[in-house]
Amino acid sequence: MSLLQLQNLTKRFGGLVAVDDVSFEVPQGAIVGLIGPNGAGKTTVFNLITGNYRPDQGDILFEGRSIRKLPTHKIVALGIARTFQTIRLFPKMSVLENVLAGCHCRTHAGAVAAMLRLPFQKREEAAALAEAHAELAFTGIEHYADQVAENLSYGNQRLLEVARALASRPRFIILDEPAGGMNDFETAALIRIIRRIRERGITVLLIEHDMNLVMEACEHLVVLENGANIAEGTPAQIQADERVIEAYLGVEED
Amino acid sequence: MKDYRPVVYAAFCVLLLLAPFFLNAYWVDVLNNVGLYAILGLSLNIILGHAGLFHMGHAAFYAMGAYTTAIINTTYQIPVLWLMPISGLVAGVLALVIARPIIHLRGDYLLIVTIGLVEITRIALVNNIFGITGGSNGIFGISRPEIFGFRIRRPEHFFFLIWGFAAVTVFLFHRLENSRFGRALNYLREDETAAEGSGINTAHYKLIAFVVGAVWAGMAGNIFAAKMTIIAPESFNFWESVILFMIVLLGGRGSIPGVILGAFLIAGLPELFRQFASARMLIFGAIMIAMMIFRTEGILPPRPRRYPAPASGGGEGAS
Ligand SMILES: Nc1ncnc2c1ncn2[C@@H]1O[C@H](COP(=O)(O)OP(=O)(O)O)[C@@H](O)[C@H]1O
Ligand SMILES: [Mg+2]
Repeated sequence: MSLLQLQNLTKRFGGLVAVDDVSFEVPQGAIVGLIGPNGAGKTTVFNLITGNYRPDQGDILFEGRSIRKLPTHKIVALGIARTFQTIRLFPKMSVLENVLAGCHCRTHAGAVAAMLRLPFQKREEAAALAEAHAELAFTGIEHYADQVAENLSYGNQRLLEVARALASRPRFIILDEPAGGMNDFETAALIRIIRRIRERGITVLLIEHDMNLVMEACEHLVVLENGANIAEGTPAQIQADERVIEAYLGVEED
Repeated sequence: MKDYRPVVYAAFCVLLLLAPFFLNAYWVDVLNNVGLYAILGLSLNIILGHAGLFHMGHAAFYAMGAYTTAIINTTYQIPVLWLMPISGLVAGVLALVIARPIIHLRGDYLLIVTIGLVEITRIALVNNIFGITGGSNGIFGISRPEIFGFRIRRPEHFFFLIWGFAAVTVFLFHRLENSRFGRALNYLREDETAAEGSGINTAHYKLIAFVVGAVWAGMAGNIFAAKMTIIAPESFNFWESVILFMIVLLGGRGSIPGVILGAFLIAGLPELFRQFASARMLIFGAIMIAMMIFRTEGILPPRPRRYPAPASGGGEGAS
């Protein structure tokens, strides 16, 4: 069974059909790329998966269970984590605290436990800190732990979003243009990180404009154009697909 | 640079503790009022400072606590201090009921609704709602608090009750700030979408922020009722909410020392300039405007939290 199944998803904004009857599946353990020209509806698909938007039609199944009506934080708790295309960190808080936000849904201490400093609260806090540091190390930004998030370079802010997402212990991670604003060197490091995420047993779905990254990192691609799913297959198949070349890849060769 | 804040805080505490032995009753009472405002400011700080919710109706929760104490004490003669947790509870439960439908409102909309809340509360009290609030005359004859048979009645007695409670509040709220709960409030203040997307139930935390703030304001109301022995709706008007709002904004949103300083400046300083009574609000307004332009974070903005260094040997290969 696929980890994620999108079934005939449709999302309209007024008269605009941003996502038009899109269906595809993400197999367990895969790295899948979602590509397409600007405005094709890729980010909207992500926002539907994470519950930021509600679909007008269709359903979303995660591990066979419909998540269409769940609030975002519950979807995260089920094991879906995301990053944002337009970086959305907690800019005035430290890098470490940003990652601790991801640990939140795997911990429990509330206001009373905090005021009383109960033993379980202390243990939990120490464990969350260790985990946050480990995720910073995993993404290679542990040296910045005490810095304010907004002071990081663009590329490192993207990595911080990945670290925060991983801290929620997802089984499925969706990355919205993770290489946006990165230089070649940073992009190469990112590809390695994405592969290591998969080695941890986490399934990856990513949106990306950088064709090199997509072709190198993904084993399966889904192509959107004007909200519709126009092609699907391996990178080699997609590169050879007439319609895709016309709609998307062709543009680059002009 | 050397950090001499601990020295400053210690000196402040010593001075404050000695104050009632040197000041006359009038000035001790001023300090008592400052203490009450500090407690209220700290409770509003949870909502406004940490969660970033523009709540300008805090006096309503203060009133609920004070009236709970006044009504139960004058009707059933239950000792006032026993009523402190009950006053907190009543304010907290009412906050839960009131906040639930309004917490999804943003910024200025929430501001307007909470202003409405404090006005509705005041008007309900004036109109002698349920026939138990005594209308615009309020309730009198509230008994003095007693601790182990000792009757608290003079200002210097109240000084230790009020500032003792303020100290407990600082202790507990400091812990609250430096916890998963405190961080969650900050996440939702900084970026609600990102917080929700990181797995934080933002609606829940907004609600709990309101409840914690209201419980504390309710308990402060209990002390106020005991101190005054008479309470009336006019003590809980809109202006009172504005003062609390200013204390948090001026002192520093999310900063405990900032809020306490704010309470001294806004509730204490005007007493020093009594003779300029007519000009003091003008000066005040000018200072507030200058602050909002030149020091938007308040006089003493919060310091970054500190965390223990990671255990060595940790690193690669999170799983
Ligand atoms: N919240 C929204 N309100 C109105 N229109 C939107 C909204 N979000 C996206 N759109 C529109 O939907 C279309 C798809 O957008 P998006 O999913 O961001 O595309 P992509 O990520 O593929 O570049 C665009 O035309 C965009 O303007
Ligand atoms: Mg997009």
